[in-house]
Amino acid sequence: MLEIKNLHARIVDDGTEIIRGLNLTVKAGEVAAIMGPNGSGKSTLSYILAGREDYEVTEGDILYNGQSVLEMDPAERATAGIFLAFQYPMEIPGVATMEFLKVAMNEQRKARGEEPLKIPEFLKRVKEAAASLNMDMAMLKRPLNVGFSGGEKKRAEILQMKLLEPRLCVLDETDSGLDIDALKIVSDGVNALRSPERAIVVITHYQRLLEHIVPDSVHVLYKGQVIKSGDKSLALDLEANGYAGVIGEAA
Amino acid sequence: MNMHSIPQRTQAETALIDAFGERLSLLPGDGAVTLKRDDAIEAIKHGLPTRRLESWHYTDLRRLLTSVPAFDSTAATKALPPIVEGSAILAVLNGVSGAKFPAIEGVTVQRLSEKLTDGSIAPGLDPYGSDDAIGALNTAFVADGYFVDIADGAQLEKPIELQNLQAGGQVHVRFPVRVGAGAKAAIVERQAGEGAALGSSVSQVVLGEGAEVTWLIVQEQPETATHLAQFKAHLGKNSKLTVFFMNAGGKLVRQEIVVRTTGEGADFKLRGINLLAGDTHTDVTMVLDHAVPHTTSTEVIRNVVTGKARGVFQGRINVHQYAQKTNAKMACNTLLLSDDGEFSTKPELEIFADDVICGHGATVTEIDHNHLFYLMARGIDEKSARGLLVKAFVAEVIEELDDEAIVEALETRLDDWFVAHG
Repeated sequence: MLEIKNLHARIVDDGTEIIRGLNLTVKAGEVAAIMGPNGSGKSTLSYILAGREDYEVTEGDILYNGQSVLEMDPAERATAGIFLAFQYPMEIPGVATMEFLKVAMNEQRKARGEEPLKIPEFLKRVKEAAASLNMDMAMLKRPLNVGFSGGEKKRAEILQMKLLEPRLCVLDETDSGLDIDALKIVSDGVNALRSPERAIVVITHYQRLLEHIVPDSVHVLYKGQVIKSGDKSLALDLEANGYAGVIGEAA
Repeated sequence: MNMHSIPQRTQAETALIDAFGERLSLLPGDGAVTLKRDDAIEAIKHGLPTRRLESWHYTDLRRLLTSVPAFDSTAATKALPPIVEGSAILAVLNGVSGAKFPAIEGVTVQRLSEKLTDGSIAPGLDPYGSDDAIGALNTAFVADGYFVDIADGAQLEKPIELQNLQAGGQVHVRFPVRVGAGAKAAIVERQAGEGAALGSSVSQVVLGEGAEVTWLIVQEQPETATHLAQFKAHLGKNSKLTVFFMNAGGKLVRQEIVVRTTGEGADFKLRGINLLAGDTHTDVTMVLDHAVPHTTSTEVIRNVVTGKARGVFQGRINVHQYAQKTNAKMACNTLLLSDDGEFSTKPELEIFADDVICGHGATVTEIDHNHLFYLMARGIDEKSARGLLVKAFVAEVIEELDDEAIVEALETRLDDWFVAHG
């Protein structure tokens, strides 16, 4: 589903190269974990997948279902089924959360040639999804993410993911800022989305999240490259021994 | 050397003075009113204000007013449906009030032409200062409008909508409104039309003790019109006034808001949005006098600027020496959407009391590209995402008004503007 080939990318503003020849393949139905120390390029990778303009791809390609996404803007990628759950979801004053959800769902439906959702159906879906994440509907009456706690913002991201039903989900440090109960709820939400047609990329610092969202593959990112790939035991190994050993092997 | 030499008159100045000579005999008014008119035209004979006059620095009326259309009494126009359903409409069509108007419980309405004819309105025609060009222009030419008296204790369930609808040519109207003690009312001042017009409109409001008024100014003139407007209010003891303005049209617009707290415990709120597009000039100038102790005010202005539009907000707060415990806060935020648009903000605080809280802030920003990315990452295309963000920027001010019917009505006006200029 996702094929990243020899990807090189830099920050547009100052030309700093962050991704330096990254290769990664994630198949439909697979949950891939990307781990790595601070500054290894994990978040940058998530932004590049979503199409953020602050980064420029200088070499290589990103194929999604066999098609390059490099020429697609973020909205086109999203309507094609790519979803990024942000590490730091933006607070947007003045945009009501419900209005935003409705516009987003209907824009995606429009792009797929589907009719807009009728209001009762829309409300039903939001209520169900919110209930499954233990979210209060009153929260959704507020402006988007404004005044939400860190944990509430992460839940709101997963709520959007459930409602938009993407094919490729990229979760950027979704565990940060979550207490243990919230982590369980969010993980259950992600696990409920596991399906043979969907791929999930989980970017995380810690093994903790992977106890709840058990990955099929684990990839270690360092200095903008995948330096080691393995199964879930690799994550346990990293937890026990740190990144130093793996980095040493690669060097 | 003659320090008071008057520069050669502009075409517009000459046209105004000539028009006065021709119109005077047609204008309603007794001797007292005619004296006021004569005084007013004298002020115009001294010249329209230029950038050298501080209060007109960003709006050089003498330079910007390039032509003055003739009066056209044959032009016709029709009243508009009110922005809030069920409102009582008092319409001035092409400068003329209607002989018939709806009966509103607790409210006495009189055509202003009658009050000019019998001279009872003459004392209200005084300009408020030497730089009061709008007051002078209006006093010289005002022919009609409505006098509205809301009885003590009256609680109006539906808004009164004052419509000033021009049909080209010149239109000069006035709306004096008295709000009795303990009365509660919402008033919509609708400024619109369809011609290349020059218009002046003056609203004068006096709030009695404990009165509560929400006053909406909805200005949607065509891009051919020059619209010079003034809103003046006196706030009695424990009265509350919220003025909300929306400028969404006009070629050359100046909206002055002149407010004075005259009773302790008075509260004034100014909320406004300027939606500026095309090759236009819009100036909102506020002068607020905290003249007695224990009065409060907040002012929040949001501006959206596209095209080659130019905007101005001047906000002056005077805290008089005896006005201790004044609490005043002012903010002006601008979203610039084009390279050629501009907005000038001039906050001024003049404080003669020593125990007050006063603050002001101004920002000018572009659309936050992080916000834009977030919305697009959810599949919302760039144009829609920008639209959502711009609307959010101004809608915040509208949503503060706690009357649902009014909020909805204003959001509809907002949507209309975005459809036309998005």
